[in-house]
Amino acid sequence: MSIIVGKNTKVITQGITGKSGEFHTKLSHEYAPRFVGGVTPGKGGTTHIGLPVFDTVKEAREKTGANATMIFVPPPFAADAILEAISAGIETIVCITEGIPVLDMIPVKKALERSKISRLIGANCPGIITPGECKIGIMPGHIHKRGKIGIISKSGTLTYESVGQTTAMGLGQTTCIGIGGDPIGGMSYIELLQLFEEDPETEGIVMIGEIGGDLEIRAAEFVKGNIKKPVAGFIAGQTAPKGKRMGHAGAIISGSHGTALEKMDAMRAAGITVAESPGDIGKAIAAALQKKR
Amino acid sequence: MNIHEYQAKALFALNGVPVPEGYFAASPIEAEFAFRRLNSPVAVVKAQVHAGGRGKGGGVKLVKTPDDCFNVSKDMLGMTLVTPQTGPEGKLVRKLYIEAGSNIDKEFYLAMLVDRDTATIAIMFSTEGGMDIEDVAAKTPQKIVTVNVDPTTGLQGFHLRNLSFAMKLSKEQTKEFHGIVTRLYIMFMKYDFSLLEINPLCWTKEGKFLALDGKMNFDENALFRHKEIAAMRDYDEEDSREVEAAKYGLNYIGLDGNIGCLVNGAGLAMATMDIIKHCGGTPANFLDVGGGASEEMVTNAFRILFSDTRVKAVFVNIFGGIMRCDVIANAVVNAAKALGLKLPLIVRLEGTNVELGKDILKKSGLKITPADDMEDGARKAVAAAK
Repeated sequence: MSIIVGKNTKVITQGITGKSGEFHTKLSHEYAPRFVGGVTPGKGGTTHIGLPVFDTVKEAREKTGANATMIFVPPPFAADAILEAISAGIETIVCITEGIPVLDMIPVKKALERSKISRLIGANCPGIITPGECKIGIMPGHIHKRGKIGIISKSGTLTYESVGQTTAMGLGQTTCIGIGGDPIGGMSYIELLQLFEEDPETEGIVMIGEIGGDLEIRAAEFVKGNIKKPVAGFIAGQTAPKGKRMGHAGAIISGSHGTALEKMDAMRAAGITVAESPGDIGKAIAAALQKKR
Repeated sequence: MNIHEYQAKALFALNGVPVPEGYFAASPIEAEFAFRRLNSPVAVVKAQVHAGGRGKGGGVKLVKTPDDCFNVSKDMLGMTLVTPQTGPEGKLVRKLYIEAGSNIDKEFYLAMLVDRDTATIAIMFSTEGGMDIEDVAAKTPQKIVTVNVDPTTGLQGFHLRNLSFAMKLSKEQTKEFHGIVTRLYIMFMKYDFSLLEINPLCWTKEGKFLALDGKMNFDENALFRHKEIAAMRDYDEEDSREVEAAKYGLNYIGLDGNIGCLVNGAGLAMATMDIIKHCGGTPANFLDVGGGASEEMVTNAFRILFSDTRVKAVFVNIFGGIMRCDVIANAVVNAAKALGLKLPLIVRLEGTNVELGKDILKKSGLKITPADDMEDGARKAVAAAK
């Protein structure tokens, strides 16, 4: 078992004929052959890197039976692409695009709330991977190893860091999800924590957060009452100055809110094993697993 | 992106939000002329810098005569203004705004921002104008009212009523207030604001609302569709190193430590700063070269790090995913050779083609200290910087 994506996932790429779309479709498809087509308006009927291209997501879904999409559409058109996927009834929407205006994401968020089918991962994220079964995104496949840890992270490279450390410790991963660092995005920690809690193969969960907003604090509160599996975490930006956007659009301490310290305190209060140093994420989850036994 | 008060006031006026009459001035003569044009017994000389709390640092002064205005402006221009928001180094005053004095009866606070958690526009209104709103929220939360507007259904009458009734506005105030909030909301959506704050929004003795200050913050990701807003960017107000870095597609933020960092990915870049602190050092910067850094970008990143005289050691921390370690190793070696390696350089490589990368560093003949993992690298960098 794993969560959200696996052997039965059928993926299309929106923006498959673009440079990044093509490159990452190729790599993901080589890692695990789950891709069934792509969408680029105006190029329907052609074939690209061996996959059929369609003009619309609706047509792609009807002709290929796709239930997931990977979006590589430039920022001005990305919200449109996500809304199109929701409208076509795609179940898992993964948006890699970085730099989408915040106000464009509000209608997307509202459409997701109304949809009974679709869920969004991202935007501005590395994607999702179930090692050995399905990779939708830009993460390096080879660092992953099938195992027992579920990983949820706002940051791409810190997800890799967590994967690297859990692989090195022989724990491996069930599914790894980058939720992205934008102020308004799709799936959040809480929904994913719940899915990992229900997944029989996942024995422990790593959640990586960063400064800005309060998603991590609400997730910690949720863990306290609802998650029985061991959870370890890390918050990036303990040394970040106030009022500066640290790379990700959402990573900013506004006023006195959204600091790493308050998030780490909330996590500790919820019984989460917090790694003080990003070099100790693997050790933290190993310790959390030990403690629960 | 932030803009100056004088720019915000222009944007307000053009969108039907009342502001006091005022003129921009960059020299004492222009300031004096502005005073004469205002034809007001009192004017305010206001330093134009991207920081709040200007009054506390001597950046807002009342003047009553043209001579007065000339002299105060002369002193203010070129001064380094230190406010609670500028940090101890302060900000150089290059521009002024000369504004007519207002007959203030009552001061309010009004703000709009994107509420991340509910995916709405939050409108905050308070009777405690002129105060630090975080203080008000902490001490007298009953004096602030917040409504959340879902942009997909838009601003409704009930939102407005919830604001005005909660703060017990008079009939006369209410009518004007509703109009102003409506126009501000339209502006917010039209220009992709991330924050819009008026503190204070004053009610004058003549019975009018006026925006006495205006803090505007725009979504950088939306600037592509607002060239007119982007044109108001003042690079003088931004850290020159950050501006330089942005030109090369690098994400850089200057800090005041002595260990320069070069990292791929924003999260890892923040975590690298954290681990340096954890190991007893202080980071000189945040620097994210992104997922697809070219050799040219790495060279430029090094150039920025080396030009910071406080930097005593450089820590390169790369988790190669799509970016291969051999490519980044070549870039590091070539950049170090081109610029000359005068500082201790610690490199941690992990991920795709890591062995090839390490080999390139070893064979380069350069004095590069390899690190096994990020903690090892941070420790070595802290030791080297001491």
